[in-house]
Amino acid sequence: MGIQWKDYKYPELYDELIDGKGKPRKVAETLARHMAEMEDEELERLKSTSELAIKEMGITFTVYDQEGGSIDRQWPFDIIPRVMSKKEWDVVDAGLKQRVKALNMFIDDIYHDQKIVKDKVFPKDLLSKSKNFRKQCIGVNPAHGVWAHICGSDLVRHSDGQIYVLEDNLRVPSGVSYLLENRQVMKRVFADLFGDFSILPVDDYPSQLFDTLAALSPRPADYPQVVVLTPGIYNSAYFEHAYLAQQMGCELVEGTDLVVTDDDCVYMKTIYGLERVDVIYRRVDDLFLDPEAFNPDSVLGVRGLMRAWLKGNVALANAPGAGVADDKVVYAFVPDMIKYYLSEEMILPNVPTYLCMKDDDRKYVLSHLEELVVKPANESGGYGMLVGPRSTKKEREKFAELIEADPRNYIAQPTLNLSTAPTLVDGKVEPRHLDMRPFILSSDQIYVTTGGLTRVALRKGSLVVNSSQGGGSKDTWIIDEEA
Amino acid sequence: MLSRVAGNIYWMARYLERAEDMARLINVNANLTLDLPKGLSPIWGQLIAITGVGELYEGEFDERSVLKFLIAENNNPVSILSCMAYARENARTIRDVIPREVWEAINRVYLYAKDHAQQALTKRGRYPFLFEIISECQHITGILAGTMNHDAGYTFLKVGRNLERADMTSRIIDTRSANLVPDAIVTKATNDNLQWMSVLKSLTGYQMYRREMQVRIQRQEVLKFLIQSKVFPRAIAHAMSEVEKALESLPNHEKAQLVIHRINRQIDNVEIAKLKQTELQNFMDQLQVGFAQTHEELGVAYFGGQVSAQTQSQDAA
Repeated sequence: MGIQWKDYKYPELYDELIDGKGKPRKVAETLARHMAEMEDEELERLKSTSELAIKEMGITFTVYDQEGGSIDRQWPFDIIPRVMSKKEWDVVDAGLKQRVKALNMFIDDIYHDQKIVKDKVFPKDLLSKSKNFRKQCIGVNPAHGVWAHICGSDLVRHSDGQIYVLEDNLRVPSGVSYLLENRQVMKRVFADLFGDFSILPVDDYPSQLFDTLAALSPRPADYPQVVVLTPGIYNSAYFEHAYLAQQMGCELVEGTDLVVTDDDCVYMKTIYGLERVDVIYRRVDDLFLDPEAFNPDSVLGVRGLMRAWLKGNVALANAPGAGVADDKVVYAFVPDMIKYYLSEEMILPNVPTYLCMKDDDRKYVLSHLEELVVKPANESGGYGMLVGPRSTKKEREKFAELIEADPRNYIAQPTLNLSTAPTLVDGKVEPRHLDMRPFILSSDQIYVTTGGLTRVALRKGSLVVNSSQGGGSKDTWIIDEEA
Repeated sequence: MLSRVAGNIYWMARYLERAEDMARLINVNANLTLDLPKGLSPIWGQLIAITGVGELYEGEFDERSVLKFLIAENNNPVSILSCMAYARENARTIRDVIPREVWEAINRVYLYAKDHAQQALTKRGRYPFLFEIISECQHITGILAGTMNHDAGYTFLKVGRNLERADMTSRIIDTRSANLVPDAIVTKATNDNLQWMSVLKSLTGYQMYRREMQVRIQRQEVLKFLIQSKVFPRAIAHAMSEVEKALESLPNHEKAQLVIHRINRQIDNVEIAKLKQTELQNFMDQLQVGFAQTHEELGVAYFGGQVSAQTQSQDAA
């Protein structure tokens, strides 16, 4: 029987595969036909094959349970891919490059002359209350003027069909390993399908990442020693840290493997003695990087690391302080930044955002809590949010208090009708909401992944796609229809 | 090569070897009980003694509870399940340096062990389980040999594996040469023969013994083979010469080599014919002290104080 698309019940929203008349979109025609021709048993078999592959490949993510331990869960995965045409993706690609370029210019400006503040495009008092502004970084000149070398931007499509940028993750964004692994699983499971399309490959990411990092080396003449710094196996993204180190052929180090000596250089402890390190792709938050400069209790970091970085003896990616732009309030100013630094119009729009720090906006937000999504400026993983239409009166009252107490810390956005895509649930195909996180690499050049990590809210009607909260994922196919 | 990573590879190899050796040991003992006169099952207690964690054992010395302890007990650090879990944890930490296939294979055998350990406690389920563990461990050793760079990391793998192997062989000799079966029965030639045959078989050495020694199975010759053979991979002399050779390619190996040279001299010079029961056991104890010293010197030279402390507790546990 396979999937009967005419029976596919989707809400009055934008569906990525099926149009408003119940017909597959042009880019999805071949895929939809294939899936319709498959026997039910075959679909089920493919699903269990993919689950077995994920289990055996050891693709896991770690969740913390309430008793303080952590457990490894198999990566939740749906076998029906999300498809997008290359033509549409090219616009997104250009929009992301533009955005990250402006964000990096902004960060560099903020730690130098603050022209954007002097020219009154960006409000001064926003900085003084920024949690991720690091005064230690003032005047520092990272290579190529780039601070956020790895950026993960979250994209959503609204029922109007437009793709919006929901947020930019500029600290230690994760998920790219799952993007790459999803494709590996699909290749194992759907090998015969790949011949029928021109699906753009994704697997050059690790080598692009290595080149991006190597371009930051303070000793460009030598073969640079690049390492990945992880908090260790109990970190929720440890799988990814190990994966990227392996794919790049770099050492995966923990804080205790590194030492900064009297010459203010960073070394790793090897069986041959100390070896100099040039570039650190750190997956440890700023405040844990160096107990000397930041949190004195941190055991994850390396004493003296900031000293070595400030002296220019080691490159850190992302640069400390880059998180100043990873702030949902700063996000609201990205369109202005693009105009200010690049003299260009924004290609990919922001979601309209109300800043609670502005009196008019705050008044509006407080009287429209039922319609809006309220987010704290510096949380990630979907924590600490209020989803207005699904909230209780009590929750709204609590948020009203929170906003009044610290308006700088909150933004609000209209509730978007996230697009859906067909997802296999208990043998049936049902629409589930999704978003997408592409990754953008910047140093001497800018690179964007082909597509991104598509995350799916597996629970019916849910808008929460974070894997820590029960979300799943799909492979993302950018299809070149002209090839 | 990072010191911490070197330490993890070394431990991963030790745990894999330990799991495999445990599986071999259990398998052969189980088979031996089938050959012995009915009602003779003191062998199970001996098995626990071999592992050196007897003080953790609280059950009866009957087949099922001993097997449960040695195969599936989470609280027994040397049970097959624990060894696989430790090996997997070490492999997970060094996922970036070992070939992906190896990680997948270790992950798979761990999942297998976890899912099937209960089945292994039945007479019927035991053999397939142990066979799977042994062949998967061999499989992993094979992929490592065939796909991993034979660099410093691989050296630590060989060192860990062979040191563990030497240690396990010495434990097997130590315990199995003792009163395996009550005297009354040992006096019967067939049973004596059976006993030594089982020792050989637990090391998969029966066939190789035949080829190498060309004599019938008797205590002195078996011991000579297991202790001094330079060609049988599970013989102590062979395993230690592998450790010695491997270490030569590493820097800073002098102190560990001193200990190993001493052990090798002891092995070469010992007159097996003169080793009565007590002397034999003393000799095995001596060797085990030497293995522990080798381990410590390796820790100091390569793995850094912290790793050594962390892993020592795993070892002692």
